[in-house]
Amino acid sequence: MSNGVSPLLTATNNMPVNESGEIIFDRVSKTFSGNTTPAVDQISVKITAGDLVVLLGPSGCGKTTLLKMVNRLYEPDSGKIWMDGKEIHSLPVNELRRQIGYVIQQVGLFPHMTIQKNIAVVPHLLGWEEKRINDRLEMLMQLIGLPVSYLSRYPRQLSGGEQQRVGLARALAANPEILLMDEPFAAVDAINRERLQSELIDLHGKLNKTILFVTHDVEEAFRLAKKIIVMRAGKMVQYGTPLELVTQPENEFIEELVGANNILRKLSLVNVNSILKARENQSFYVERSKTNENINSVLHPEDDLRSVISVLLCSGQDSLLVKDSHNQILGTVGYSDLRNMLISNLPSEQK
Amino acid sequence: MDYLVNNFDVVVELFLQHLQLTLAVIFFSLLIGIPLGSLLARIRWLRGPVMSILGIIYTIPSLSFFVLLIPIFGLGTRPAIIALTAYAQLLLIRNWLVGLTNIEPAILEAARGMGLNGWQRFWQVEFPLALPMLLAGIRLVALSSIGIGTIAAFINAGGLGVLLFQGVITANYDKIFTGALAVTLLSFAANYIIRYLEQRAELKIYGKRI
Repeated sequence: MSNGVSPLLTATNNMPVNESGEIIFDRVSKTFSGNTTPAVDQISVKITAGDLVVLLGPSGCGKTTLLKMVNRLYEPDSGKIWMDGKEIHSLPVNELRRQIGYVIQQVGLFPHMTIQKNIAVVPHLLGWEEKRINDRLEMLMQLIGLPVSYLSRYPRQLSGGEQQRVGLARALAANPEILLMDEPFAAVDAINRERLQSELIDLHGKLNKTILFVTHDVEEAFRLAKKIIVMRAGKMVQYGTPLELVTQPENEFIEELVGANNILRKLSLVNVNSILKARENQSFYVERSKTNENINSVLHPEDDLRSVISVLLCSGQDSLLVKDSHNQILGTVGYSDLRNMLISNLPSEQK
Repeated sequence: MDYLVNNFDVVVELFLQHLQLTLAVIFFSLLIGIPLGSLLARIRWLRGPVMSILGIIYTIPSLSFFVLLIPIFGLGTRPAIIALTAYAQLLLIRNWLVGLTNIEPAILEAARGMGLNGWQRFWQVEFPLALPMLLAGIRLVALSSIGIGTIAAFINAGGLGVLLFQGVITANYDKIFTGALAVTLLSFAANYIIRYLEQRAELKIYGKRI
């Protein structure tokens, strides 16, 4: 129990590896009564199992509507949604919802129930045995980083950030393959928000759940997302990785979103991890020998490239090691990467 | 005080009759009020008409209401319970409705999104969260029924009103005083007990240990 991660990892590793958690939207549309323009307009997109996909867009762009159609809080007017290869209407609505974790901005914890009861609602509905529920509760508390003693507390005795953690634990309680998160950190103060964001990244890495995350906060989207669906006026504008959005914006709207000609802003939206990922795909040659491994400064996969510049400048090196939270070396990133990945991909700057 | 001492068993019997009448009224008004209030919480447009009808019923003077029911239900406790239950609906449903509609929408959305069905949402979330308001309504119903219930003695429904009516007719002030004292005692006790339950339910929904 000293290592907070191990029971979780063993729990997830024992599970069969399958493609459950895939979501497919097929020409989904929804118009609310009394409105002439559709809230969601012919959206077709495939969410790969295990991805953290952010729905990004201004308020009223239909991102929340799209999200809530997955657990059928809203019903589409036309189009179909598939989950794990099954159309979501093929099973009873409450059965569907119990298979999907749902986290909302206002958390919505039940104030009259202890944390324990709050988290155990869905496992109880599913008829889990007491022992299994208790084991799960303990594991979840470790996962969200709250002491087990909190289980007997009431939501009002917790801070906003702690409540949102419990909300996450509650959503994860019955081990769903899919998590829907509707601006979960919007009501949390800036410092806690950042912590919750990195915890979510961490958690996603461990659990490998498909996460659909709605936000209007561009920084948050780029920080968290493996892929981003940018929406405007009910339509999908672009679907791509943060790096793709920054380097190959499909139109002016995206360009403006990622900060048109502001290189530093663009750098701030892309993190070290996406550089490493992109390099993997293009099978770049990693020149580790160039990097001085004795330097104290290291980069972390979640660091954004703007802070990378600052770390590089301070260290006086051309490139630095990237280490994850377990101090494992993931690779190196240096000035050349920044140039290659960003500058060369910006046609306007080339001319 | 002589009357009370000499006729203690009679007073106790009337007291229990009165209590029984009140409990019956609470029981039947809950039986009608909880489902009806839950319905109003879901169907917004029904609220206006239903609440106005209940408001009109509430304005009927009690004595005439009792007497009006005699041709249909005869004398006795039956018309009394029916009239008092009809009055109680306004107090009970208004409170219950406020309790239900004041639940934070996010809590209900979370409950729905987690896959709780209608019943589960009601018993696990809505009922406990609206309970303090419901108990406040029950308290009002109890107090008003105890009060108006004295008049029900006029139509042979028994209860402590018997002492009051007999006392007035025979100009027996001791009897009137005893009756009034017993009714007051009943009211205070009912108020105190239900208020206690209300506070417990309130603490519960504020997430405090009891």
